[in-house]
Amino acid sequence: MLDIGLSHYLSLAAILFTLGVFGIFLNRKNVIIILMSIELMLLAVNINLVSFSSFLNDLAGQVFAMFVLTVAAAEAAIGLAILVIFFRNRGSIAVEDISTLKG
Amino acid sequence: MSNFNPAELAAVFPELFMAVAGMVLLVAGVMRGNQSTAFISWSVLATFAITGMFLLGVDWDSRTVMGDMFRLNPFTGFIKLLILSGLVATVALSVRYLYEEGMARFEYPILILFAGLGMMIMVSAHNLLSLYVGLELQSLALYVLAAFRRDQARSSEAGLKYFVLGALASGMLLFGISLVYGFAGTLDYTRIASSLTGVDGVAMGFMVGMVFVLVGIAFKISAVPFHMWTPDVYEGAPTSVTAFFALVPKIAAIAVLMQLLYGPFGGLSVHWQQIVWFLAAASMIWSALAGLVQNNIKRLMAYSSIGNMGYALVGIIAGTPQGASAVVVYMTIYMIMTAGVFGIIMCMRRGERAVESIDDLAGLSRTSPMLAYAMAILLFSMSGIPPLAGFFGKLLVFQAAIGEGFYTLAVVGVLCSVVAAYYYLRIIKVMFFDAAAEAFDRQMAFAKRAVIVVSVVFVLFFILKPNVLIDTARHTASTLFAG
Repeated sequence: MLDIGLSHYLSLAAILFTLGVFGIFLNRKNVIIILMSIELMLLAVNINLVSFSSFLNDLAGQVFAMFVLTVAAAEAAIGLAILVIFFRNRGSIAVEDISTLKG
Repeated sequence: MSNFNPAELAAVFPELFMAVAGMVLLVAGVMRGNQSTAFISWSVLATFAITGMFLLGVDWDSRTVMGDMFRLNPFTGFIKLLILSGLVATVALSVRYLYEEGMARFEYPILILFAGLGMMIMVSAHNLLSLYVGLELQSLALYVLAAFRRDQARSSEAGLKYFVLGALASGMLLFGISLVYGFAGTLDYTRIASSLTGVDGVAMGFMVGMVFVLVGIAFKISAVPFHMWTPDVYEGAPTSVTAFFALVPKIAAIAVLMQLLYGPFGGLSVHWQQIVWFLAAASMIWSALAGLVQNNIKRLMAYSSIGNMGYALVGIIAGTPQGASAVVVYMTIYMIMTAGVFGIIMCMRRGERAVESIDDLAGLSRTSPMLAYAMAILLFSMSGIPPLAGFFGKLLVFQAAIGEGFYTLAVVGVLCSVVAAYYYLRIIKVMFFDAAAEAFDRQMAFAKRAVIVVSVVFVLFFILKPNVLIDTARHTASTLFAG
């Protein structure tokens, strides 16, 4: 029987985090997917925090995870609000349309 | 962790006052609607002034309070005063602009207040948790401010870009924090530092965590290669918001970076010096080169601020009290100069509309000579020409870097500041020697004029009493190294 230890949790979190980062950079379609990727990154961090917290027998990591959840909710709300005003102005949320400003 | 002691509330009273005042003003704004924008703005200004007075009344002796979450010492005290004066300058510059641009909504000054509160918390943080909460309070308010002209495609695009890249940066920072927590076993700055001593070799995970934290903060100070959001956001956001972005969050982020590098990561200076070296050199070089081809003055200021962060990093890399005090002096001078320049940029209005191309400044010396001379003095100072204040800032950081043997970096810095002088001097040439364009509208609000005058007087007369600022900076920076 394989024992699930700290390193497995850390690998899982690292993979999820990388998926999130790639989701932001490789995605050429839709801004909503970027918001989902950001959420994925933050949740990967939460896995890290909780597994360290349990491994170290220290509550601080779990408290931190609660803060991250709260902030992630606020961040998603603000992100969606900005997305809505962008859509109102441009009529599109495709990633390639976010390109008026450059130089 | 020490138990909560009610007497400690006195130490955090300035922040508490600011938070309560912000919430009261928010309710007042909701009750009275957008016609109260001017009233709310002046109240926010008064809040900053009162908070500053409370801050001066607090005992600045080095100590931690609130269960070691919050640190007080002369460094945090001085940086917080600097942040408050930057906030006062931005609100003073903004009020008239909000009405001119038809975006006078009462949320604007309150968002600035909460962003400022977030910066004060992150500067005082003595724990990675309070650092994160402060940083997010700041960032969330800034995302909204960038998109504040919600009827304008450019502003909403700036907000969206800033949000996506800012959230990515927070994610990186957070991932780094989680690794540092796991491998150091604590979130407390002092205990992270002590976890590094006494063991041979640092855990790989800790190093990776530190790099991620540095990347997250490099995003916030817009150091190359994490600067790509800066020009777009500076150009798209309303000018008053751009002024805010250029002035205040940079100072807070640089102060946080100094506290982290000299505090919890102090034992790893050999490793972080390589990273900071690269960030500093890349920022200076890239800003000097990319600034040459800009034609929009807000974009140019974005590249200018990237370069200035590079020079500040040159002071940080030295890792000595001398270098730290040079950075404090540099940031103070940078903030005051930039406030003046943005005051002048906000005077660039023609036929009730803001113009922001460099060609619009043509022949300013004939249409409004005072403005042209003020701008020329500030730009000479920014390009580092003695005897103006900007020269001393650069001199001190390069001195500190050379004192620690970073010769290559200092030479790169001096060369870049020569190249960068070209784009500052080009503006002066356009103002004084090109055929005059149509005059700007005559509408100098008192507050805007006051900010420009204070900035120009400071830049001109800094040479008479440089030691007032330099000695204060030395005193405050020495507490960073007191352990």
